[in-house]
Amino acid sequence: MTEAMAVSILMTVIGAATPLLLAALGELVAEKSGVLNLGIEGMMLVGAVTGFAVTSSTGMHLLGLLAAMAAAVGASMIFGVLTISLASNQVATGLALTIFGIGLSSMIGESFVGLTIAPLGPVFPAALAEDPLLRLVFGHSILVYVSLVMTAAVAWFLTRSRGGLILRAVGENDHSAHSIGYSVTTVRYAAVAFGGAMAGLAGCYYSMVQTPMWADELTAGRGWIALALVVFSAWRPWRLLAGAYLFGAVMTFELHAKAAGLNIVPPEFLAALPYLATILVLALISSRRSVGSAAPACLGQPFRPST
Amino acid sequence: MLELERRKVPSRTMIWLAPVLAVLATMVVGGLVFSALGYDGFAAVRAIFIDPLITLRKWQDLGLKAAPLVMIATGLAIGFRANVWNIGAEGQYVVGGLAGTGVALATWEMTGWWILPLMCIAGALAGMAWAGIPALLRTRFNVNEILSSLMLTYVAVQLLYYMVNGPWKDPDGFNFPQTRIFTDAQMLPYLSGIGYLNVPLALVISLVVWFLMARTMLGFQIRVVGAAPMAARYGGFSQRRTIWLALLAGGGLAGLAGLFEAAGPFGQMVPAFPTGYGFTAIIVAFLGRLHPLGILAAGIILAVTYVGGEASQSSLGLPSAATGVFQSMMLFFLLAADVLVGWRLRLRRRVTE
Repeated sequence: MTEAMAVSILMTVIGAATPLLLAALGELVAEKSGVLNLGIEGMMLVGAVTGFAVTSSTGMHLLGLLAAMAAAVGASMIFGVLTISLASNQVATGLALTIFGIGLSSMIGESFVGLTIAPLGPVFPAALAEDPLLRLVFGHSILVYVSLVMTAAVAWFLTRSRGGLILRAVGENDHSAHSIGYSVTTVRYAAVAFGGAMAGLAGCYYSMVQTPMWADELTAGRGWIALALVVFSAWRPWRLLAGAYLFGAVMTFELHAKAAGLNIVPPEFLAALPYLATILVLALISSRRSVGSAAPACLGQPFRPST
Repeated sequence: MLELERRKVPSRTMIWLAPVLAVLATMVVGGLVFSALGYDGFAAVRAIFIDPLITLRKWQDLGLKAAPLVMIATGLAIGFRANVWNIGAEGQYVVGGLAGTGVALATWEMTGWWILPLMCIAGALAGMAWAGIPALLRTRFNVNEILSSLMLTYVAVQLLYYMVNGPWKDPDGFNFPQTRIFTDAQMLPYLSGIGYLNVPLALVISLVVWFLMARTMLGFQIRVVGAAPMAARYGGFSQRRTIWLALLAGGGLAGLAGLFEAAGPFGQMVPAFPTGYGFTAIIVAFLGRLHPLGILAAGIILAVTYVGGEASQSSLGLPSAATGVFQSMMLFFLLAADVLVGWRLRLRRRVTE
C-alpha cells in the first residue's frame, strides 16, 4: 500500500467518523443532564436539509451551517417542551421527533432534489495540504476541526467546570439538584438545545461535505449509531472519540472493499456491516456490569418538583 | 398564569379524550402550517382527514392500509405496556414477508390448501426469530432493545435487497430486482368489496389480543410488569419472561403482517416492500392508548391519512412526505395532551415573595 492510498483511506475514515462524533457529543451532554433524546436522526435530517437549502439559495456555507444549527435546535425544542415541561415519555417523544424530521426534511428537500452546491471544502489553503501527510492534518473541512475541539471542550466542561458539575448533578439526582436551588428545567433545556445544534452540524456533514446534494433520508440511520456510541463510550467524551473513529473505519469498509475489487461477500452484507457491528459492540459493552452504573441515574426519567 | 396541578387520580376521561384532542389539534395546526408553507392548508386537511372517510369507495383502501398497521401496533403495544421498546417492527415485517416468499418460491407451481398456511407460519416465525435477537441480547447481555431492534431493521432491508438481487431474482423478469409473481395457491383470498383476507383477520386478531390482555393472567402479568416492576417482582412475575413474551408477540404479528402484504397487495417480493408500516404502527399504538380496541380506531385514522395523503398529492400538489409530517404531528399533540391525564390546568395568580 502506498502512502497516498493509506492517506486517502484515513481521510474517508475521518469523514465517516466526524458526523457520528458531532451528533454523539450533543447526545452525550443531553444524556448527562438526564434526558434521553432518541430524535437525533430527525434533528440531523432537519439540519441537513436546512444547511443544504440555505447554502443552495445564498451560496454562503457559513450561513447554511448556522441555519442548520438553528433549525435543529428548533426541532430539539419541540422535544424539550414535551419532555421537560410536559413530562412526556422521552422514548415516545424522541421517536416522534425522528419520524417528524424524516417527513419534514423530505418535504422541504423536495424542491432541492437534483440541485448541487459547491461542497464545503478544506478550511486551510490547498498549498498547506499538498503533501499527503500534511493533508491528513490540514486537508479537512471546518466540521472535522469543530468535532475535535468540541470533544475537548465537552470533556473539559463536564469534568472541570462549575456548569458541567451542575449539569451532572441534575442528571444524577434531579431532586437534590432542585432542592439546593438549581433549575433542573433550565439545565435540561440547555443540554437538549446543545444536542440539537450538534445534530444539526452532523446533518450538514452529509448534505454539504460528503454528498453536496439532497436525497431523502440522507443520514441513513447514522443518528442511531451515534446514539449507540454514547452507550459505547460509557458517557466519556474521549472514549466517544475513539468509538466514532472505530465505527468510521467499519463504515468505510464497504467502500474500500469495493475499490479493491473484493467480491467475496455481497455488497448488501457490507452495507449491513455497521449495523451488525453496532449490535455486536453493544453486546460486548453492555454485558459488563460497570456500564449500567455509568449511565446517568436520572436518564429518561421525567422531572417534577414535589412541591 | 396557567399552572399544572396534579390530579389525585389520573383522569379516565382524559385518557380517551387526549387522542381526540390530538387529532383535532393536528388538523387545526397542520392547516395553519401548510397554509404558511404556501399550500391550500385547509383543503389539505380536508383531503387528508375527512374525504377518505366520507367517500364510500375509498373504504376498501382504508382497510388495505389499516390492516397491517393494526396488526403491527397491536403487537407493539403489548411490549410498550411492559416497558419493552421494540421499535424494529419494520425489520420484523420485512423478514416475515421474506420467509413467506421463501415458502412461495419453494412451492412454485404446486397447488394445495396447505401452501398459504405454511407461508403464514413461516412469516410469523421469522418475525418472532428476528425479534428474538433483541430479546436474547436484552436478557442475556443487557443490550438496550431500542437500539438492537432498530439496527436489525437496516440489516433486514439489506437482506431483502440481497435476496431480490441475487438468489430469488425472477429468471424471466428481464433482470429486474424482484421475485416471481405468486400463484393463486400462494395468495390471500380476495373478498370482493372488503379486500384481501388480512382485513377481517386483523380485526379478529385485535379482538383476540384484547381478550388475552384484559381477561387472562398472562395479560395481567404484562401490564403489571410495565406499570409496577417492583410489585411484579414481589408477585413472582419474571421480567425476563415478559421481555421475551413482549418481543415475540410484537415480532410474530409484524412478521405475519409482512407475509400478508407479500401474499396480498404486493403478490411478489420487491425492493419497495418496506413501506414504513412498522414505524407508523408506533404512532398507531400510542394514539390507540396501547389498547387493542383503541388501536383499531387509531389504525383507521392513520389509514385515512395515508389514503388522503396519496389523493392530495395529485389533487392539491401536496408533497408525499406531508403525510408523515401530519402523522408525527398527531403523536406530538397526543404526547402533549397526555399531560392532562395526570395534571389539570389551573389559572392561578403568581404569589410574589
